[in-house]
Amino acid sequence: MKSPMLNNIYNIFFIPEIFLACSSFVCLLFGLFLKKNAFRQTSNLAVFVLLLTILLVYYDSESNFANYKSLFSHSSFINFFKILVLLGSIASIIISKDYFLGIKLKNFEIPILFLFSTLGMMLMIASNNLMSMYLAIELQSLSLYVAAAIKRDSISSAESGVKYFILGALSSGILLYGFSLIYGFTGSMNFDDISFYLSKYDNLNLGLIFGLVFVMVGLAFKVSAVPFHMWTPDVYEGAPNSITGFFAIVPKIAAVALIYRFCLVPFENFYLEWSQIILFLSIASMFLGAIAAIAQSNIKRLLAYSSIGHIGYILIALVAANDYGIKAASIYMFSYMIMNVAIFGILLSLKVNNEYLINISDFKGLSKSNPIVSLSISIIMLSMAGIPPFIGFFGKFYVFIAAIEQELYVLSVLGVLASVISAFYYLRIIKIMYFDESISEGTINFKISFQSKIILSLSLFLIICFIFYPSILINISASLTI
Amino acid sequence: MIDWPLLSVIIFLPLIGALIILFIKEDELTSINIKWAALLTTLGTFILSLILWLQFDYSNPSYQYEEKFRWFDDFNFFYHVGVDGISLFMILLSTFLTPLCILASWNNIKKRVKEYMLSFLFLETVMIGMFASIDILLFYIFFEAVLIPMYLIIGIWGGNRRIYASFKFFLYTLLGSVLMLIAIIVMYRNTSSMSIEFLQGNYFSYNTQLFLWLAFFASFAVKIPMWPFHTWLPDAHVEAPTAGSVILAGVLLKMGGYGFIRFSLGMLPEATEFFIPLIMTLSIVAIVYTSLVALAQTDIKKLIAYSSVAHMGIVTIGIFLVNQQGLEGAMMQMISHGLVSAALFLCVGVIYDRMHTREIEFYGGLVQRMPLYATVFMIFMLGSVGLPGTSGFIGEFLVIIGAFKFSSYVVIGAAFGIILSAVYMLYLYKRIIFGNITNNKLADILDINTREKIILIPLAISVILLGIFPNLFLDPMRLSLEIIITNYEIANAK
Repeated sequence: MKSPMLNNIYNIFFIPEIFLACSSFVCLLFGLFLKKNAFRQTSNLAVFVLLLTILLVYYDSESNFANYKSLFSHSSFINFFKILVLLGSIASIIISKDYFLGIKLKNFEIPILFLFSTLGMMLMIASNNLMSMYLAIELQSLSLYVAAAIKRDSISSAESGVKYFILGALSSGILLYGFSLIYGFTGSMNFDDISFYLSKYDNLNLGLIFGLVFVMVGLAFKVSAVPFHMWTPDVYEGAPNSITGFFAIVPKIAAVALIYRFCLVPFENFYLEWSQIILFLSIASMFLGAIAAIAQSNIKRLLAYSSIGHIGYILIALVAANDYGIKAASIYMFSYMIMNVAIFGILLSLKVNNEYLINISDFKGLSKSNPIVSLSISIIMLSMAGIPPFIGFFGKFYVFIAAIEQELYVLSVLGVLASVISAFYYLRIIKIMYFDESISEGTINFKISFQSKIILSLSLFLIICFIFYPSILINISASLTI
Repeated sequence: MIDWPLLSVIIFLPLIGALIILFIKEDELTSINIKWAALLTTLGTFILSLILWLQFDYSNPSYQYEEKFRWFDDFNFFYHVGVDGISLFMILLSTFLTPLCILASWNNIKKRVKEYMLSFLFLETVMIGMFASIDILLFYIFFEAVLIPMYLIIGIWGGNRRIYASFKFFLYTLLGSVLMLIAIIVMYRNTSSMSIEFLQGNYFSYNTQLFLWLAFFASFAVKIPMWPFHTWLPDAHVEAPTAGSVILAGVLLKMGGYGFIRFSLGMLPEATEFFIPLIMTLSIVAIVYTSLVALAQTDIKKLIAYSSVAHMGIVTIGIFLVNQQGLEGAMMQMISHGLVSAALFLCVGVIYDRMHTREIEFYGGLVQRMPLYATVFMIFMLGSVGLPGTSGFIGEFLVIIGAFKFSSYVVIGAAFGIILSAVYMLYLYKRIIFGNITNNKLADILDINTREKIILIPLAISVILLGIFPNLFLDPMRLSLEIIITNYEIANAK
């Protein structure tokens, strides 16, 4: 039972997003007027704001969206992904706080940028209109471009920001061109109207197909599916570690939700047209992610390719395009977020000779000096490789259930083969930690704040113990409708 | 019978022990506590598993000690465990060998004792869990989880080429088992059930069966291993520490045979019928070829590893004869091989601990200095050869009797392999045990000590016990095997 007063609050249109937008400005002012510890205080406030937003998302009801139907939509799928995005932002702000302080990057704008891009992502997931979708994408991307380049005096950070910006702008342009074609041939920007218009036809005309392909290219860029993945390793490598963590954890979730909604809402009836594109993106991403990661010596690049591989699996579930697919996507994204939070939580606290750990070879001897940390990394790696009994296995398992339900046998076999290849580089990290005799050239420090420790333990707990009581997540994901 | 969840306790007791060990601090002094904790846990598990055997109802062919809980809300996945005549001895084998492994590693594992014991306890849990699962998803999870501790055991505590061997082991077996995952999901899609019991009723069309059979074959043929998928085994065996080889040969290879009986025979009878010639050919090639390869080895462990492949060839012949003698023989051969090859690896470990080499040329004339060692080694060597009175004989004999009903070519192949096994084992024994000591380094080698006696004597007793009273082991499994054969014949008679 909600009290009447609370009820009134929840009845305000679009309350979570409006709240987040207003609070972001408040945070901005708050940070501006703080003399001391501006970064730390703003971060804490940002976490608090995001927590409140989760609460609002959790309680908001469909009626709030009635007036916005043309621009934004409301469904359990949208809410689930909004909550995932918010949780991911909270986790990445907390785990990156100490890192920023450690490298003396104390701009209080960083959490604000995270807030704005989170707002953009929430709008992106909920968008029900080509125009609002484009604006939401731009809001989140612009914040991220700035975030990537936030370490102004570092060449690599600036390079990664510029690279991200130029390629992002290019893809936005392609996306927009696709939108204009779709608008031109259907006469509407609204997803429901487009769907209604298209339902009268058996096949798409050439203009619409072009539009669809252009939009797919743009979206593939956002989820970094092969062959539009080129920016990912470079941006991951160049940006400060904590920004990389945010890139790996949050925007992917939103982009995946968006690509699902775009394929399954307006173009629901044209499965054959878009599924071919997604099928190719999926196979290419799985294999390139698996093979290219093998040769990497930089852990951030390795995780970039690993995330490309994961996107490949998510796209399998999209090709399946059934209820199981949606369920698989939500479980997979949840596990993806948890695993990335855990691995970046550790990476952002590990120092070799007072430098943050970047090279995979620096893991050498970690199992001697920090047995618990290396055990955790091993568990995360095995989970990412999809080895049971960890959560990553169940993500993949549900993806394959969805694929086989749709009789996509070849795709599933290719998927498991790619997972065997990718197991190699995950195992390689375990090998470096445990099997290689340590040459003690550097001392490894693991220093972690209390808050990050909670986040880290919680995510590890979920990775290990998901198997014992899977039903909570499974039931939630089973009830999702797009 | 028993009103508390005995089977789950057996499965998870080692894991609980592992959790306790996790909180014991490791340094020079306390590492002995870790060893004792691990030993006591595994011994406790073994004693509990003996209750399984004692309380086992011989007249009941289906699953006993069943426990079933709903696990996933959306699909029919259950935490469903139980024991029948086929899995009973596999579980006993696992619980029997693990404490021996812990004892065998008592002194020669010096680094990372804690991680080592954790790996072994986790390994025991997943091994028992795998044999006890009646839900295929549960089975699969345990089946793949075995790779994690084994990868670490080979990779951390192994020999010089351990990294190559551990990666090969992991990726090779993973490749096989992921295909099984696809097959499992296809099965679930067709029947909406994951219960092994339910799926043994033949619900698949002929073409589906063929594909499913191949997918299962990929994982079990790698695991057992059959020629030509055996190449990971010699590497893994040679590089693994003694206890790792023991578990690998003693239990992990049996996962393949167990899988063939449960899945290929039980669920896909018509496809099995179709593929029997393939299996027979591969098995005979395996027996003859790997026996000849074994003859040429210069490393003792590698020789025993190749002999494992040959012995497993007998097992696959026995399983795919699908008659009473063949299946019983295959089961006996699996149990016997589990004991004998484990014991042989332990024997190799005894001299390796002393001399740190496994080259056959290095040794010679050990009987002069180590009479007791020579005696127990002989028992196991003869067990491996299949001398009447030892466990090896029963299995091979039953399989050959069964094979007569099938084809005399198979009999010739199998018998030829058995002769070859006598050749390479006796030749090995002659080279390292008999003669005079020619190598000066062996001049003051010591005979087996009390700890090694405690390890080897129970094994020797069970090898002989199995050879003299085979019915002790055959009776409990007979009815369960009969059901599989009957189902198989009904399905193929249609």
